[in-house]
Amino acid sequence: MTQIFAYIPFKNGSAEDVALEYPDAAGKIDPTASLTAVVAGADPDADAVAQEMVKTYKEVIKISHPDLAYPNAELVRKALTDALPHDAVILVPHDTFGMDLAPGLSVKMDAAYAADIVDIEGLDGTSLKMIRQELGGAVYTHVTADISAGAVITIRPGSFAPTEEGSAGGTVIDKSGEVKDLAARRKFLEVVVAEVGDVDITKSDVLVSIGRGIEDEENIELAQELAEAMGAVVSCSRPIVDAKWLEKSRQVGTSGQTVKPKVYLAMGISGSFQHLGGVKGNPFIVAVNKNPKAPIFQVADVGIVEDILEFIPELTEAIKSQ
Amino acid sequence: MEILVCVKRVPDTAENEFELNSAGNDLDRDDLVYSVNEWDNYAVEEAIQIVDNAGGSVTVVTVGDDESEEVLRREMAMGANNGVLLSDEGFEGSDGKGIAAILKAEIEKGKYDLILTGAQADEGAGQVGGMLAAMLDYPYASLVNKIEVVDDAVIKVGREIEGGNQEMNEIQLPCVLSIQTGINEPRYVGIRGIRKVASVDIPVKGAGDLGLDAATVGDAGAKTRRVDYFVPDLGEGAEMLEGSTDEIIEKLIEKLKAKGGL
Repeated sequence: MTQIFAYIPFKNGSAEDVALEYPDAAGKIDPTASLTAVVAGADPDADAVAQEMVKTYKEVIKISHPDLAYPNAELVRKALTDALPHDAVILVPHDTFGMDLAPGLSVKMDAAYAADIVDIEGLDGTSLKMIRQELGGAVYTHVTADISAGAVITIRPGSFAPTEEGSAGGTVIDKSGEVKDLAARRKFLEVVVAEVGDVDITKSDVLVSIGRGIEDEENIELAQELAEAMGAVVSCSRPIVDAKWLEKSRQVGTSGQTVKPKVYLAMGISGSFQHLGGVKGNPFIVAVNKNPKAPIFQVADVGIVEDILEFIPELTEAIKSQ
Repeated sequence: MEILVCVKRVPDTAENEFELNSAGNDLDRDDLVYSVNEWDNYAVEEAIQIVDNAGGSVTVVTVGDDESEEVLRREMAMGANNGVLLSDEGFEGSDGKGIAAILKAEIEKGKYDLILTGAQADEGAGQVGGMLAAMLDYPYASLVNKIEVVDDAVIKVGREIEGGNQEMNEIQLPCVLSIQTGINEPRYVGIRGIRKVASVDIPVKGAGDLGLDAATVGDAGAKTRRVDYFVPDLGEGAEMLEGSTDEIIEKLIEKLKAKGGL
């Protein structure tokens, strides 16, 4: 029988949403598999999260150690390598922590590795067939992993159906004693909180958001004029901040701000999952992109295939003349 | 400081519209434009800046075919001192661990203080750096957006985490870091720069040179395999506005008014 372990990420004593998404993923791997939640951290938070998890999981492994108060991936990897069987399937979220932890964990477990899985088709013998994306979401691929000697799989948060928090009445198994030496050559110092910018894009009902399609720093003015005509605020995708054309506080996405506008104009934005991860609250999305195959058109309400450098000034003029 | 940067030649997502081939199981690769993986340019720029301040040298390495030599030359035109191409028919079909094992073999032939990779490449897995570090038993940090050299043995690195926050860590050398975009502004490479390094010798090493067992790399050693490419039927998607630009704008303004955008 397949044994599946789900690593539960948490903040301030409360599990992240992905904790309720693992059961769907595990069921798709093998409906007969055993599924165990793994909570690694320091008490009292680790204990609180373990108690929260018994509502959803029949079995919860708790690994508590004072050095795990902050999830340093090097230390968590050692704790998991000590406490979990090496031929199991371990599920980890594909986020900034999972990307830090999982590749090295698969080496130490001597297990197969599959990253950023968005769907799972199932097991054929020991071959697990899964779906992921490549090339920034432009294409999908099927991948197979031989899980006979175990596997580490990172799943994309939000891709699997959340289960209702139930009353599984599970039990907590304390494996803190199995953790050996947690010394590491990487030491966590502090989290530097993002600076607040001149404009708070999270407060705006209408966002004119620009991406690579703006092409040049001087064209940003076009978006500012449109935003002004609409009474909106300019936000952007990651490449605009990387190029230092707008400040970080204007960036929408998992590594930037989470926004909940009523209307979101995605101008020259291809629509990577990292960008869309920052757009919440089901806004009315208008996408303008010269590439008719841009992934943004799959999620937008209204799509327009045009070059934004020509389209934006005409739209601004039309709105002004209303 | 001796720095190795692992780079990759990839299809350029900004320059291509991806289509499937007629069999529907691979990309139509006939007219694809390739370039160096975007993240790798930031890693090379960072390495050059560190060496400018602290001394040492920058070596760029890639696992690939003959055509991958062009990305090594491009990074050498940026300022990397040396290039190494790891190429062998037996490397084809390697999964992430296979690539990491090939790089490890080359790294153990040299003496590097710092090994950099891009945070991710065309496949979007972000896996090789973390695997390489674990195989070498070096410390690792991913998604690095700041590096501060403390001394010969220790550096401070910032990692980009959710919400635009930055996680600061102290790491002992030697280590492996994966570099996030935005850490610096990669320098421009002109035609003249490329010409200057056009005739520099780039050694090519195969499985034999690296002392690698063919069964551990390539398709034979892969536990994870790509089966095919496909484009799923994702339903309707957006309502596409068509017609002349004036007509489109008229329709769009109506919709924006209805939804509270104007």
